[in-house]
Amino acid sequence: MRVQSRFFVIPVSLLIALVLQIMPLPIEADVYRPDWVLIVLAYWAMALPNRVNVGIAFITGLAMDILLGTALGIHSFALSVSVWVLVANYQRLRNYSVWQQAIVIGLLSALYHLLVFWLQHLLTDIYFLFDYLWPTFTSMLLWPWIFWLLRKSRRQFRVT
Amino acid sequence: MDSIFTRGPSINSRLALTLALSVMLIVIDHKFDGFSSTRVYLNSLISPIQYIANLPGVMLSASAQRLTSHQQLLSENERLTNKLLMMSERLQRFDILQSENSQLRKLLDAPVKPEMRKMVAELMAVDNNPFSQQILINKGAIDGVFPLQSVLDDRGIVGQVMEVGTTNSRVLLISDVTHAIPVRSVRNNIRFIASGSGSLDELILEHVPHSVDVKKDDLLLSSGLGQVFPEGYPVARVNSVVRDESRPFATVTAQPLARLDRLKYLLLIWPEEQNAIETPSGEQPAQEDIKLKQPEDNDQ
Repeated sequence: MRVQSRFFVIPVSLLIALVLQIMPLPIEADVYRPDWVLIVLAYWAMALPNRVNVGIAFITGLAMDILLGTALGIHSFALSVSVWVLVANYQRLRNYSVWQQAIVIGLLSALYHLLVFWLQHLLTDIYFLFDYLWPTFTSMLLWPWIFWLLRKSRRQFRVT
Repeated sequence: MDSIFTRGPSINSRLALTLALSVMLIVIDHKFDGFSSTRVYLNSLISPIQYIANLPGVMLSASAQRLTSHQQLLSENERLTNKLLMMSERLQRFDILQSENSQLRKLLDAPVKPEMRKMVAELMAVDNNPFSQQILINKGAIDGVFPLQSVLDDRGIVGQVMEVGTTNSRVLLISDVTHAIPVRSVRNNIRFIASGSGSLDELILEHVPHSVDVKKDDLLLSSGLGQVFPEGYPVARVNSVVRDESRPFATVTAQPLARLDRLKYLLLIWPEEQNAIETPSGEQPAQEDIKLKQPEDNDQ
């Protein structure tokens, strides 16, 4: 039981993140929706960079492109770059305190949103609104809790 | 476990590979539209996630339905009965007008407009992507939905079907920045193109010269010229007209009549375009127009 469940922790957490990412919300709350997928990917990329890195980010990004109806490749591009930054520096980032990590996650989320905006801007003529960067703050606030939850589940199921 | 031999390619080469793949996908998908058939399968493959994400909303509305009081049901029933009465009264007049109209059209040898097949669809999800405005409806290829099909609500045109999945499909709203719909003013039949502004309550009428007779509160109907939307459905009402002479065109904005922010039930329509469009008389004047216009352009 335990041997099997430890292989499913990462995919299941990513699936839950995808569901939360597309779950319908009231319009007022929608602007503040945190980047669930990015946060979960970031945790796994920092904790287990040998299992979750750029490839998984790419596949998750493709799933997001299909779910959100954007041109295939936009979210996979942005997620790959963001996760690459984390995996390249995971040894340093692990030693930071949780709140320092939250700031890094915030910067990363800003990078992610700017990348998505920039790629979309190449394809269609959209304008930048600062509303697009609200998720950066909510993701930052959410990071400590997700970090705690995922670390607990990682230790519980002994995911390696 | 994490030995040097099981690591595979380095992280940088992986990044290079995924970025190259992403760019390739973007180019193929956007520029050449190469995935329009594959997307049906991809959408169906991934639709379980969509259904799971929709569950809380479905459960909430189900419990809300269970909890509606007797009083509320009675008042709603009364309201709907009244509405039905009003509607059927209007329908009686409409029937007479329709038969009269078809008789007149027969006299004029114009093709009689056929009845259209309709189907009610329900909203499944609204995309939270801030850069594009799309919704997901619960009818798909097995119900006969096709790409570019028009979608309406009870007040006017909502958008067109963009991608069709097996059991659900994606609708592009008229307010999306990439969307434009040919319209005409009811008051004086002037044609416009209404393109989306990216915000749900505004459309922009493009390339309107300063001299054109357009006023606030003009009703705009679909003109049927793009052959995507059927003719004569309400689209928007003109909101503001700013004639700033320092700009090449007047700035005209319109408000969509369909309530794009509170969609629930939608109407899909199947136009019988074959009989209506393939009349030769419809095409010839257009060509003459072009011929007539060209010399004028040269003179200027």
